[in-house]
Amino acid sequence: MAKMNMLQAINSALMLSMEEHEKSCVFGEDVGYFGGVFRATSGLQEKFGKSRVFNTPLVEQGIIGFANGLAAQGVKAIAEIQFADYIFPAFDQIVNETAKFRYRSGNEFNVGNLVIRTPYGGGIAGGLYHSQSPEAYFAHTPGVKIVFPRNAYQAKGLLMSSIEANDPVIFFEPKRLYRASVGEVPEDKYLIPLDKAEVVQQGEDITLLAWGAQVEIMEKAAEMAKKDNISCEVIDLRTIVPWDVETVANSVLKTGRLVVSQEAPLTGGFASEIAATIQQECFLHLESPIERVCGLDTPYPLAHEKEYMADHLKVYEAIKRSVNY
Amino acid sequence: MSKTQSVDNPNNINTSDTFTLDFVSENALSIPSFKMLNADGEMYPEAQKSSLDKTTALKIYETMRFIRILDERMLAAQRQGRISFYMQCLGEEASITASTAALDDQDMIFAQYREQAALAYRGFPLDLFMSQNFSNKDDLGKGRQMPIHYGSNKHNYMTISSPLGTQIPQAAGYAYGQKLEASIQNKETNCTICYFGEGAASEGDFHAGLNMAAVHNAPVIFFARNNGYAISTPASEQFKGDGIACRAVGYGMKAIRVDGVDTLAVYEAVKLAREHAVKHNEPVLIESIAYRLAAHSSSDDPSGYRSKDEEENFRANCPVARFRAYLVKQGWLDESEDEAAKEQIRKQVLDALKAAEHVEKPELSELVTDVYDDIPNHLQQQYEALKQHILKYPDAYPVTSSRIEEQQ
Repeated sequence: MAKMNMLQAINSALMLSMEEHEKSCVFGEDVGYFGGVFRATSGLQEKFGKSRVFNTPLVEQGIIGFANGLAAQGVKAIAEIQFADYIFPAFDQIVNETAKFRYRSGNEFNVGNLVIRTPYGGGIAGGLYHSQSPEAYFAHTPGVKIVFPRNAYQAKGLLMSSIEANDPVIFFEPKRLYRASVGEVPEDKYLIPLDKAEVVQQGEDITLLAWGAQVEIMEKAAEMAKKDNISCEVIDLRTIVPWDVETVANSVLKTGRLVVSQEAPLTGGFASEIAATIQQECFLHLESPIERVCGLDTPYPLAHEKEYMADHLKVYEAIKRSVNY
Repeated sequence: MSKTQSVDNPNNINTSDTFTLDFVSENALSIPSFKMLNADGEMYPEAQKSSLDKTTALKIYETMRFIRILDERMLAAQRQGRISFYMQCLGEEASITASTAALDDQDMIFAQYREQAALAYRGFPLDLFMSQNFSNKDDLGKGRQMPIHYGSNKHNYMTISSPLGTQIPQAAGYAYGQKLEASIQNKETNCTICYFGEGAASEGDFHAGLNMAAVHNAPVIFFARNNGYAISTPASEQFKGDGIACRAVGYGMKAIRVDGVDTLAVYEAVKLAREHAVKHNEPVLIESIAYRLAAHSSSDDPSGYRSKDEEENFRANCPVARFRAYLVKQGWLDESEDEAAKEQIRKQVLDALKAAEHVEKPELSELVTDVYDDIPNHLQQQYEALKQHILKYPDAYPVTSSRIEEQQ
C-alpha cells in the first residue's frame, strides 16, 4: 500500500497495464512527454517510448477514429480526451462506430480493447466548457460501458478492469478529485468488477445513490442527516452501463426511500433512468417519491457555479423532504 | 529521451523567405492522371512496362466479370422485391479490383460500401454474398445490416459501416497497429487500404484520418474513388480544388492520381504505393478517376440529376471491356470461353440466390448477442420479456414465433 492521489492511482494503473500488454498504446492531446494537462500520463513516454505513448493532433474525432482502428487490430488502445466537454467531435465515432463495432459485424470484429479516459465534472470554476458531465448521451447508446471512479483506490482498480475488459469503456474521471482524493492504494495490480455497485455506508431510513465525485456529496449529506437521526445508506453505482439494479433495488426495498444525485442537468439525465427502473422494481415498497438532485437545466455556469451545483445542502433537503413526505 | 524536438523551427515550416509579395496560386499543383491502357485496350506508346502477370491479370478479370454479373442479378432481385436494397460497382470495377490485387492478402481493407469486387477478389464465397443480401442465418453479420454491408475477418475485410468517412481515421489506427505488431515481431509490416468516395472526402473524418496517419507514420493507402457523384451532388459542388489528390500535399503525404478505368495503371499505382507504405511506414493518397455509371443505390434515380447522353458517353468508357480487349490482344483470354463462362456464372448466381432466399432468418437470440461481449442482465431480461410477448401474439411475428416454440 502507498498513499496516492487519484492521478497517481491512474498513472499506476496505466504503468502496470502497459507493462503487462506489449501491444498497448496511450495517446491523446499533450499526453506524451508533458504527461497530460493533469499529469495522469507522466513518465509513460519515458518508460514505453514514443511509439506507444504519443501526442495526437488536436482532433478528437481523429483520436477516437484512430483508437477504434487500433483496438480492432488487437492493440489495447487507451485514448484520452482532454476534457469530457470536448468529446463531442468524436460523438459519431463513439456512438456509430465504437458502440456498434461488434454487433454490426456479427462479432467478426470488435473494439473491446478500447478505453476512452476523460476528465469530467464541475466545481473547479471551469464554466461551460470545462465542467460538463455528458454520461447520459453515451448511456443511451447500447454497446459501450460507462465507468466512474469516486476515489483513488476505485480509480486504479476500475481502470485496470476497463483495460482488461472485452468491451469498449468510457472512463469518466472526476477532475475535481484528481488531487483532492488521497488514500491507500495497492502498488500491484487489482481489479474491481464493472457491473457491481458498492454500498459505501449502511443505513436504514433512506438510500442515497450517486457516482463519481457526487458520492462524496452524498456522504456529506448523510453526515448532516445523521444529526437528525436519519440513517442513510450510501451507494456508489461505479458503473452506470450496465448498472447494478439488484444492489440498488435491494437497498430501496429495505429503506423505502431513494435520492439519486448527478452533476449533470436534470432533464434526460441518468438519474431519471434510475428513478424509472426503481419505481418499477420497488413500487409497493416506496414510502415517498424518488428524489433527483441534479444540476439545473442550464449550460454549466461560472459566476453562479455554487448555486447551480447539486451540493450536499440540496441533497440534505431532499433527504428531509423524502423522510417527511 | 530528448525533451522536445528541435526548437530551431517551432512552427514546423519551410523556412525560406521572399521579398516579393504574391499569392501562392490555388492551382499551384497540377496533378496529371497516370495511364497505361488506351480505350481500345492497347498500351500507350509512352506507357511504362506492365508488371502484371497472366495469372493475376486473369484473376482480376474474372473478378470483374463476376461482379458485373452479380450486380446485374442483385439489382434485378431488388427490383423484384426479393431484397430490400442494393449498390452496384458499375464503372468502378477496375479501380477496386486492381487495387486489391496489388496488395498482400494479409493487408487490411477498410471499404466504404461499393467495393464488393475487393472482397470477391479475396475469395469471399458466392453463398456468403447471398446470405448477407438476404440477411439469413448464414450471414456472417447475423442479419443485422442492410444488403452490401459485408465484412469478413478471414478475408481481412472490415465490416462496412453506413456512415461515410468513419473508416478513414480507423484505417490509420489499424495500420498503426500493424506497424506496432510488426516491430514487436521484428518482421516487415502489412498495410491497410482505405476506400472512400470524393463526397466522403468532405467529411471531417477525412481530415482527421489523413492528418493522424501522416503525423504518426501509419502504413495506410488512402484510395479516393472520385467517381463524379455523391448521390446527386456532382464533384463540382463538392470541392473547389483540384480533385482530392492535391490535399495530400497539405498533409505532407505522397499522392498519385490514376485513371480508374485503366486496370494496368491502377495496379501499378497501388503496387508502388504499397511498397512505399510498408518500406517507409508512411501513408499514401491515391485518387482514382472513374465515373459512377450505376445509380447511387437501388433507391436512387439518376435521371433526376444527369442526362442519358452523359451516361451513354461514359458507358462507352467501360473498364471491364478495356481490360478484356487487352487480355484478348495478349492472347491470355479466349472470347468464346469467356462468353461460356459468363453463362455459367449467371446460372451459379441465380442458383445461389434461389437457395439463399429460402434459408431462414437468424435466431431471435441473435437480437441481443454481440452488443457486449457477454449479455448483461438488463438485456437478458428484455429478451425474455420479448419472447413471452411474441408467444402471446405469434401471428404478428411469424418469422420467429414458431421457432421460439421449437426451442422450448
